[in-house]
Amino acid sequence: MKKRKLKYLLAGGIVVAALAGMIYSGVQESMVYFYTPSELVQKKDAVQGKSLRVGGMVVERSIRWDPQTLLLTFQLTDGQGTVFVRHKGTAPDLFKEGAGAVVEGTWTPEGFFRSSNIMAKHSEEYKPPAHPETLESKKELFKSILKEGKP
Amino acid sequence: MISTLGGFVLFLALGVTLYAAAAAVLGARAGREDWLASSRNAVLAHFCLVTLAIFLLEYALITSDFSLRYVANTSTRGSLTRYKIAGLWGSLEGSILLWEWLQALFAALVVARYSDRGPSGCRQLMPYVQAVLQGISAFFLLLMTFGANPFAPLFPVPPDGRGLNPLLEVTDMLIHPLLLYLGYVGFSVPFAFAMAALVTGHVSEEWLTITRRWTVVAWLFLTGGIFYGGWWSYRTLGWGGYWAWDPVENASFMPWLTGTAFIHSVMIQERKRMLRVWNLVLITLTFSLVIFGTFLTRSGILGSVHAFADGPVGVMFLAFLALVLFFSFGLVAYRSDALKGHGELDSIVSRESAFLLNNLVLVGICFTVFLGTIFPLLAEAIRGTKISVGTPYFNRVSVPLGLALLLLMGIGPLIAWGRASLNNLQRNFLKPSLAALAGGAILVALGVRQAEVLAAFVFCLFVIGTIVFEFLVGTRTRAKTTGEGLLTAFATLLLKSRRRYGGLIVHLGVVVAIVGIAVSSVYKVEREQTLQPGESMQVGPYSVRFDGMAAGERPTHILVWANLMAFKDGQPLHTLTPGQRYYPNQQSPFASVDARYHWNEDLYVILSAFERDGSSATFKVMINPMISWIWIGGGVILLGVIVAVLPERRLALLALRAKAQVA
Repeated sequence: MKKRKLKYLLAGGIVVAALAGMIYSGVQESMVYFYTPSELVQKKDAVQGKSLRVGGMVVERSIRWDPQTLLLTFQLTDGQGTVFVRHKGTAPDLFKEGAGAVVEGTWTPEGFFRSSNIMAKHSEEYKPPAHPETLESKKELFKSILKEGKP
Repeated sequence: MISTLGGFVLFLALGVTLYAAAAAVLGARAGREDWLASSRNAVLAHFCLVTLAIFLLEYALITSDFSLRYVANTSTRGSLTRYKIAGLWGSLEGSILLWEWLQALFAALVVARYSDRGPSGCRQLMPYVQAVLQGISAFFLLLMTFGANPFAPLFPVPPDGRGLNPLLEVTDMLIHPLLLYLGYVGFSVPFAFAMAALVTGHVSEEWLTITRRWTVVAWLFLTGGIFYGGWWSYRTLGWGGYWAWDPVENASFMPWLTGTAFIHSVMIQERKRMLRVWNLVLITLTFSLVIFGTFLTRSGILGSVHAFADGPVGVMFLAFLALVLFFSFGLVAYRSDALKGHGELDSIVSRESAFLLNNLVLVGICFTVFLGTIFPLLAEAIRGTKISVGTPYFNRVSVPLGLALLLLMGIGPLIAWGRASLNNLQRNFLKPSLAALAGGAILVALGVRQAEVLAAFVFCLFVIGTIVFEFLVGTRTRAKTTGEGLLTAFATLLLKSRRRYGGLIVHLGVVVAIVGIAVSSVYKVEREQTLQPGESMQVGPYSVRFDGMAAGERPTHILVWANLMAFKDGQPLHTLTPGQRYYPNQQSPFASVDARYHWNEDLYVILSAFERDGSSATFKVMINPMISWIWIGGGVILLGVIVAVLPERRLALLALRAKAQVA
């Protein structure tokens, strides 16, 4: 009886050990460090090539986008440090100047952050808008393509 | 006015629920039948009070009463009525009220169902079941009274509310949260019975038999909620995927995993009287993970450890979680003598071991997801650095574990109990294995090279093989012994052991979904390009022509869209109109994706940017092969569960009636 119990414990042990090993290597290979722009500026030599996330505010008037090459560049800041970011593609819906954003990617030897993913942030809390908008003011934006009918 | 009234109703409900719990426990201790009856009435009164609270909040939502902060947060005057109603679960406070209402409803149903009838042994358990369920309700009522009051006033009263997040203003969103909450609340019933079994010392198999159907139905709702969430994400969020290992998703996935393990291990206890402690641990874990997941996603702790201290909600959830864990594990320890099982494992090659291994893998996946979700918290607490693990981590660990689970799904239902003989193995598994390997060889010949896809396909074929052979052999044997036609034999077989065959159909659904997941994630094609009117872009066999931009006014927003024509192999296929919605007082536009959904391949288009004069626009075009199979698999799972839980007597009655009509 004892011997059989040992056998099961051993089998269970192997399964648990395999699981632990998989989790350990999974964590090791997909760890992503989170930095603020100023931390990244300080540590940039140490973290080259590693997967990073950098979170900060998008600097006003820093966004440049070329629709033909789909190259998006902008600066992220936390007030103390500023990082230059390049991203291939389009920005997500909530991404805009003066708003918070987190980018995922790597620091390159050329001195900019190559982003593979942009995550924009927005607040959930209700604040009454300073200048309430109406549908009309939104309509004004698209008057050149406005028409009746359904898509 | 409504604020005071609502607050008062909730407070009253709290008093009634505490009374119901106390009267149940004291009545059971003192053997006073009248106290127990009074407790049952209080459970029903509690349900009525919470229903009244729901009506009050819905009234405020429908009449746009912005003197309530919650209403201002989740609706606007211009919203469609159905979205005003759905505002009830559009934000934290209302969600908790809805959750508590479902909790009260389930408690009332349990009382109505089991108070005077029900299986033997139910009578001793019921007072404690009531007490546990009322205790859970008391927690939610406390939460609303002291932390997340849906009736909190707002002053000055704003002229209009902010409205629901436009992403939630889709019909899917009316259903998805409801399904999830029904699943969450459903699992509290087996949990309450488990605790009652521990308190009374009736820890044998009674509580399992009573709650079997509740568990399966709760599992169905949770599964449905998760599938529906993926479907909503895919069709509405506009990033082309359905699952991102987001903490919110993981919060619903973790209890699903332990709940699935529970459904399987229960069968071993029923058959072999083994694993009593394990089952109690699993149902406790499932319930705790529901609470933990809500804590994780609603306390804001993942955004920053410091957000946790901002409101009382997080602290209250954590305290409740600690209480649940302390209470249930304390009881398990207290009853450890009575919990000693009788059965023993006879052999590693047996159904028991297959189920045990399945449990180990499911709990393993759950632990993996748990660790990945709270990793940022651990890293910050231990090393002071902010580190997270993203999608690669979850995929790396869960894909091999999922494959192991898939293999076990084929073995478990067919392998013999006790000790499987070589003969049993050969009879059940030889043909499916050969079929699976042959299928694998064909796929290699067709050019499939990715090891994971190949393994997934071979295992899926194996599982399908075992299920098909099981159905075939069963039908043929029955037809031979009873002389029925094959179709009749199949139907009676399905009805005679519905739990078994329903389960196999569920497995079939899981296989179909896994094929969809594997193929769509490995073989998806994505391309992004800027076009001028008249230009086309080529993606795989498709060509997409941009015919210009347009905009139009909708009741709540301005819709801007692009007119596209999709061609396949030069033939016009489908018009597509991806767009963006602009809402007044919202910071940014919201995507409105369009796709040609097809059973074997979706052509999915996102309008990612455009010039306001319509001179050019940027599109992200994706080909998502076989993604529909995921949703089809979900449908098959639903079918299987329905077969498994249909009440026996009613079916027998129907069959009798049908026979009578024929005669």
